[in-house]
Amino acid sequence: MEKKDKNISAMSTPAIGEAGFTGDWRDMRPVINHGKCIPSVKNKPACYLCWLYCPEGVIKTGIPVEIDLNYCKGCGICAEECPAKAITMVSEGG
Amino acid sequence: MPENLFKINKEEYMLPGNRSCQGCGLSLSYRYALKALRENTILTLPACCLTVLHGLYPTTSVTIPCLNCTFASTAASAAGLVAGLNATGKTDTTVVAFAGDGGTFDMGIQALSGAAERGTDFIFVCYDNEGYMNTGTQRSSATPMGAITTTTPILTKEQHKKDMLKIMEAHDIAYIATTSPAYPIDLYDKFVKAKRIKGTRYMQICVPCPPGWGYPPRDTVKIARLAIETGVFVLFEMENGKFRFTGRSKSLAEKGNRLPLINYIERQDRFKKISEEQLSLLQKFTDNKWNEYLKKAEG
Ligand SMILES: Cc1ncc(C[n+]2csc(CCOP(=O)(O)OP(=O)(O)O)c2C)c(N)n1
Ligand code: SF4
Ligand code: SF4
Ligand code: SF4
Ligand SMILES: [Mg+2]
Repeated sequence: MEKKDKNISAMSTPAIGEAGFTGDWRDMRPVINHGKCIPSVKNKPACYLCWLYCPEGVIKTGIPVEIDLNYCKGCGICAEECPAKAITMVSEGG
Repeated sequence: MPENLFKINKEEYMLPGNRSCQGCGLSLSYRYALKALRENTILTLPACCLTVLHGLYPTTSVTIPCLNCTFASTAASAAGLVAGLNATGKTDTTVVAFAGDGGTFDMGIQALSGAAERGTDFIFVCYDNEGYMNTGTQRSSATPMGAITTTTPILTKEQHKKDMLKIMEAHDIAYIATTSPAYPIDLYDKFVKAKRIKGTRYMQICVPCPPGWGYPPRDTVKIARLAIETGVFVLFEMENGKFRFTGRSKSLAEKGNRLPLINYIERQDRFKKISEEQLSLLQKFTDNKWNEYLKKAEG
């Protein structure tokens, strides 16, 4: 993928953050309550519906579940779809 | 918990920090389409929100090779890629054209029809956000009746949506499938299947768009789900002409418990001017299509 093809004059290179730190777009931030989050409660891989539905792919499956706030745009889909209501959207302030 | 969630390709081909809006239904769908298509894929795309998501030269947010083409030439450029790959013996690479509804229903239709008639070995994907969203929500032939767009601001759209799926069905192609970001695993499975099939494959994704449809970004999955629950969008597959309902639409067809259209309409600002008459016409239009599908499923 990283290889340049000399026959193509205008060829782009893949990079994370093509539009910069898109976390800056956010006015609400998702906060996970690990006391309610199913994988943390059960201490085994489970649920991960937040990972499934995140349009940005910024949620890491694991124990605990983590969100990359550098790029999370704050859409709130994860909070809406979490079956355990473990995610709350809180104001970034300002 | 969906067990098969763990079977999904873990690699991300659409990188974070891209230009799609908050809660974009296209972004969510694309994440899974690319996971399914994975390596050995070449994309070709006309101008649309997806081009914006791909990014500005000299950087891109997508790790799969992609060609940018013009609206009218999308399927023709795919046919060219297929011919080139064949000539160089790279027959294990799948060519995928990815266009919006404007680039499919309207501007891309003749090249797509030509490629389908020739049986070009490629996948054409239409992500349908029911309008020209990238340029500020103009009406397309995929916009439903009663929707406000910037070109139908007063009377709303007065015509029904074009049935592109029926047009593709009339081409007798190898595979047709509809998918939705409300069901990412179903979407993923259908793309995996499409990649394995030879010949022309057409996929249509119902892609809710927060700014264009007028609802909060957090509701994208809910709106996508309501489109299925009301039958305004139907999940199905057609393999060599044989129709079958899939996923949630299959159980709706079996149980006959579709929701009334109003549950879907009332949550979107684009329908805030819809008249009683338009709403009943739209319900009738949806019911007629649904009954056509039921007949097809009977065989
Ligand atoms: C021939 C041509 N006409 C018009 C345009 C301007 N244009 C760029 S994107 C776009 C909208 C495309 O709509 P659609 O295919 O539905 O994709 P969406 O933006 O909704 O994702 C238009 C009209 C163009 N780039 N080329
Ligand atoms: S959806 Fe909710 S419960 Fe499930 S893994 Fe994510 S945060 Fe935890
Ligand atoms: S708020 Fe949106 S972008 Fe951020 S982690 Fe949740 S689903 Fe992903
Ligand atoms: S306008 Fe709609 S389809 Fe386009 S990037 Fe924004 S949310 Fe996605
Ligand atoms: Mg569109």
